[in-house]
Amino acid sequence: MLKQIEGSQGIAEAVALCRPQVVCAYPITPQTHIVEGVGAMVRAGTLTNCEFINVESEFAALSVAIGSSAVGARTYTATASQGLLFMAEAVYNAAGLGLPIVMTLGNRAIGAPINIWNDHSDSMALKDSGWIQLFAETNQEAADLHIIAFRLAEELSCPVMVCVDGFILTHAYERLDIPSQEQVDAFLPPFVPVQQLDVANPYSIGAMVGPDAFMEVRYLGHQKQMDALEAIPRLSAEFAGVFGREAGGLVRPYRCEDAETIVVALGSVNGTIKDVVDAAREAGAKLGSVTIGAFRPFPLAELCDLLYGAARVVCVEKGLAPGLGGVLASNVRMALRGAPKPVYTVIAGLGGRPITRASLAEVFRRAAQDNLEDVTFLDLNWEVVHAQTRRAGATRESGPIAENLLKALNPGLVRRVAGERRTIDG
Amino acid sequence: MFEIRLHGRGGQGVVTAAELLSVAAFDEGKHAQAFPSFGSERMGAPVASFCRISDGEIRLREPIMEPDALIVQDPTLLHSIDVFSGLKPGGYLLINSTRGFRELGIADFADGFPPGHARCVGASEIALRHVGRPLPNAALLGGFAAVSGVLALDSVLKAIREKFAGPVGEANVAAAREAYDAARAA
Repeated sequence: MLKQIEGSQGIAEAVALCRPQVVCAYPITPQTHIVEGVGAMVRAGTLTNCEFINVESEFAALSVAIGSSAVGARTYTATASQGLLFMAEAVYNAAGLGLPIVMTLGNRAIGAPINIWNDHSDSMALKDSGWIQLFAETNQEAADLHIIAFRLAEELSCPVMVCVDGFILTHAYERLDIPSQEQVDAFLPPFVPVQQLDVANPYSIGAMVGPDAFMEVRYLGHQKQMDALEAIPRLSAEFAGVFGREAGGLVRPYRCEDAETIVVALGSVNGTIKDVVDAAREAGAKLGSVTIGAFRPFPLAELCDLLYGAARVVCVEKGLAPGLGGVLASNVRMALRGAPKPVYTVIAGLGGRPITRASLAEVFRRAAQDNLEDVTFLDLNWEVVHAQTRRAGATRESGPIAENLLKALNPGLVRRVAGERRTIDG
Repeated sequence: MFEIRLHGRGGQGVVTAAELLSVAAFDEGKHAQAFPSFGSERMGAPVASFCRISDGEIRLREPIMEPDALIVQDPTLLHSIDVFSGLKPGGYLLINSTRGFRELGIADFADGFPPGHARCVGASEIALRHVGRPLPNAALLGGFAAVSGVLALDSVLKAIREKFAGPVGEANVAAAREAYDAARAA
């Protein structure tokens, strides 16, 4: 049924249609609306046979999810940003135990400095925790990916993180087609666990494993991700058959035929990129783009096929690996091993900085001329950067960076306080 | 594509107004995308929200920098932030004020609009009479339907009723109707 609703509410409705048996969460913006929505449905009785558990922290949220999944309940939770980091130990545990938990990540930046806005730093921090990471391009896809995620998680006994751009998607009101219960039931059968804690038939999971078997356990986790490379496109095709629309998949090319420059990105920025591609094509530029739907497992072969013929690749990424550059770009280079060509990194949208068509068009134009640095920071305000560099070069006690930049941007707003030089012992 | 930017202060329903515009457009069979400016909104702080309306799918995710229409819920913002930034020539302007453009000090600016494209409507006062609280957002949407003609008044009223049930909804509907009439008469 078509509805004009907030992305978070659309996700909540899709999750409810998956008949979760345990939903536990600790509120952290921007995912709060999602679990509030699910909680309201449990309370109103429209979502039955589901226990909604309020917990005291994100660490507890995923720990409860691990427990409920281990006793065989279909389990869902959601988090974002610092919340994901706070539950990091449990994130690795859920994957190591092979528990098919589905978790929404409302992507946003990680402090310090404090910032509530969107980027992909949280996903990237835990990209190698053993979870499958799917990225949504639109709110429709965000809702649909949850239905696919439960099926994928339970088929492989592997947890799945559905990454949804915080605020940009979670807080946007758009037209969504919310499927019927019959459609979801036809696609997603009831959960049959492969391991189930049972008081009548006691055994333990998560035992200590020494050097004699730990590598094999880890290899099997890797093998599951490799299996997902086959399962994700298959489930995506099956989804299209039942629901009549595309969702998920490993990679989605856009106007890549004969493209000399191909842009690669994760998440909602692909919508803006496609608009830029259309405008560039109209102007005669041979530009195309590829949306990566699954970041873990990483679709090396599929990307190689799509990018092999291009003269260059531009990775637009909302995450920074300080001291390296781009995480996505280094992964894409792995896909292009043996096919030497420039892979440019464009770091964009950190901490919610708007990514505009004008800025993207300009950076793609420069890329097409191979007139781009290896790593470019889109719309960086060099003036405040240089001012801080000068300040730091002039005095050891140059003060806190974040506050200095805010002062530079808002002269007069904050009165500069000259502190006396103090040392610990006097 | 028709793009609307709304300016107000935290607590005035700026985000809800954009949502209601998108629901009204959806009810007319159009595609619409509404989103807030994602600030840490606080009561009284300047807040912006956005709404795109199109006949086709909307893929764009950048903020609206060159709006076709502006709705200003709080005229005190005129002197603190550049609310008119990027407004397209020939666009639409609706300001919540019982005072005219001359008194607001923007007569020359308002004269640059095509006839009927720029209006002041005292939406807070209208809302106070009908709803009992000076919340201008729903009333202004009635005024916006009159000024822009982009959405039918009935679609706006339907969206208001879907959002606010019962007597509160009806009171807001009455406020939107009065603002619609006021904007047409001005």
